[in-house]
Amino acid sequence: MSKILNVDVHHITRVEGHGNIRLRAVDGIVEKIEWQVPEAPRFFEAMVRGRSFEEVQTVMCRICGICSFAHSLAALKAVEKAVGIEVSDQTDRLRILAYGGEQLESHVLHVAYLVAPDLAGVNSVIPLVSSHPDVVAAAIRAHRLGNEWMEMLGGRRTHPVSFRPGGFGRWPSEGELRDLKARLEAVVPDLQKIADTVAALAHKLPRFERETEYVALSQPGVYTFYHGLIASTDSPERTPVEHFERVANEYVVGQSTAKWTRWHRETYAVGALSRFKLNSAFLHPLAARTARALGLDPSCCNPYMNSVAQVVEAVEVVEAGLEQIDILLTRGLRPEPLRKLHPKSGEGAGAVEAPRGILFHRYAFDAAGLCTEANVTIPTGQNHANIQKDFEALAPQILGRGEAEARLMLEMLVRAYDPCISCSTH
Amino acid sequence: MGKPRVAIFDFACCEGCQLQIVNLEEDILGLLGLVQPVEWREALSDRSDEYDIAIVEGSITRAEDEERLRGIRKRAKLLIALGACATIGGVNKLKNACDMEDVRRYVYGRAAAMPHLATEPTRALDEVVKVDYKIHGCPVSRRELGAVVRSLAMGVEPVIPNYPVCVECKLRETVCRYEYNEVCLGVVTRGGCNAPCPAGGGWCYGCRGLVDDPNVNAARDVMDKYGRTPADLQRRLALFNSPGAVSCPKS
Repeated sequence: MSKILNVDVHHITRVEGHGNIRLRAVDGIVEKIEWQVPEAPRFFEAMVRGRSFEEVQTVMCRICGICSFAHSLAALKAVEKAVGIEVSDQTDRLRILAYGGEQLESHVLHVAYLVAPDLAGVNSVIPLVSSHPDVVAAAIRAHRLGNEWMEMLGGRRTHPVSFRPGGFGRWPSEGELRDLKARLEAVVPDLQKIADTVAALAHKLPRFERETEYVALSQPGVYTFYHGLIASTDSPERTPVEHFERVANEYVVGQSTAKWTRWHRETYAVGALSRFKLNSAFLHPLAARTARALGLDPSCCNPYMNSVAQVVEAVEVVEAGLEQIDILLTRGLRPEPLRKLHPKSGEGAGAVEAPRGILFHRYAFDAAGLCTEANVTIPTGQNHANIQKDFEALAPQILGRGEAEARLMLEMLVRAYDPCISCSTH
Repeated sequence: MGKPRVAIFDFACCEGCQLQIVNLEEDILGLLGLVQPVEWREALSDRSDEYDIAIVEGSITRAEDEERLRGIRKRAKLLIALGACATIGGVNKLKNACDMEDVRRYVYGRAAAMPHLATEPTRALDEVVKVDYKIHGCPVSRRELGAVVRSLAMGVEPVIPNYPVCVECKLRETVCRYEYNEVCLGVVTRGGCNAPCPAGGGWCYGCRGLVDDPNVNAARDVMDKYGRTPADLQRRLALFNSPGAVSCPKS
């Protein structure tokens, strides 16, 4: 009689959005292995057409509830480029500072609430509240700080309102920045506690390596989330964001309502591990030490380690935020009332590193400042094909482990990418 | 009596309203003393078809989603629509100003005819099934969300505000956005959010929908005072309330 292994996960849990996993193997031969995305597409690129350049970021941040700051800022960068708006150094620094809050909030949410239950062998974070009270309390404090950091600079913690073309509708006071500085200093021990716990549990992450192409923004001397050129581990060339379509090469497949992408080879990966591989030389000292303590080095090709790279980045954004606040306070904050903006026809692209990886927006406007064209390429969209290739490499290695363990390893692999599936089917 | 069993589901949306549950931070632990979550795909691996209260986020854009929502409605004693996509269709309704074939072609190009990429005009949940309570906003206010769940768990009718956002700006002493020469929808939009958008340097986008009986005369006075016209309000309203007010360019 043949030995059959079936894994059928309908709507994988503890991820953002709807994804399915299908594995079927007969007598040790994989017949089918698929990462499917059945999420309802929302058609943001089509429906933002006709909206004014002054409200594009307000519409487009709603692509994603977890990375709305990333979408808002990528949209603003593209809009400002298209309409010819220059922003001040102070605005640029305040945006970069604000954006650190989203990385912290999102990474803590992912590592502590979504991934940690797998490492502890439970269904959710709820049992951890009683089994690991100290580290859960630390995670809640760090998560709350990420949120309040975003709220202080973005006006709200989800779908920011303070970011406007040309600057800020409301900018913080020096007192608020000093308060944020004190709170960032105070969160460091919490992040260390989280890092220590992850270090103690890291041996439970599957040992699976599959080298692929890794893509991230790159900026000399900076572990960047905001500025830079598009870099790849497959090429020494750096591509300007203006040409992002040459990187993403989006295409449609039958197993997914989200588009897939490919660049130098069949698939590529984006996210914390890609950023770490390309930019780890520029980490701040404590983040670099955290990486060493967690056994993460730039040669790592284990996708499960993306969550570990997120822990390193949580420390990095706090250190970088402290540095940014010092610069802003030393120079002194000055009021920057918004200028009256005039519509203009034009076209432009913008990119940021969302918590889940590089994110691209492009818009064109007519002379009345109304949007005529839009194109958005999402980090998770860029990871879908890579998850499929990881599945194809992983599946033959786990056939002997039984359904429950095979299922867990496949689910954990998807979770490691921290997918934002509804984002990818914008 | 045991704790009410709560299940959380989502349809076409950004899942930002579910995130507000997580954003309750330590207060979630208090809510867990009142209700028992039995299914919440985004945060728990538990599954259950037995629940008392279904909290549903997102709007309906496909036949298969309509069917799934009807199933949830059948199993739930109470159904709560969570957030603008669920209560009024949200930004997803901007799509309804466009031709459905055209939006598919614009986004998916030559592949647009593939059956899994089908879409229908966006509907709010109450355009498909009976909705018992609506928690408004894009995203919802986590304070209001907590209050509604606490009320229902204790058998008290939740109070959903029915006064305009302007009331809350006055209470917060926020300078009116019209003073900055901007058009703000606070005059006709349902409050209850504590008006974070005008205070944060934006304007009210109308994400909580209109109050039940908007004071049109007062809105007209504001328009007159600041040299604005109802057409300016209409353009802004398109984002969350009346997509018919804009036309979508054909590609």
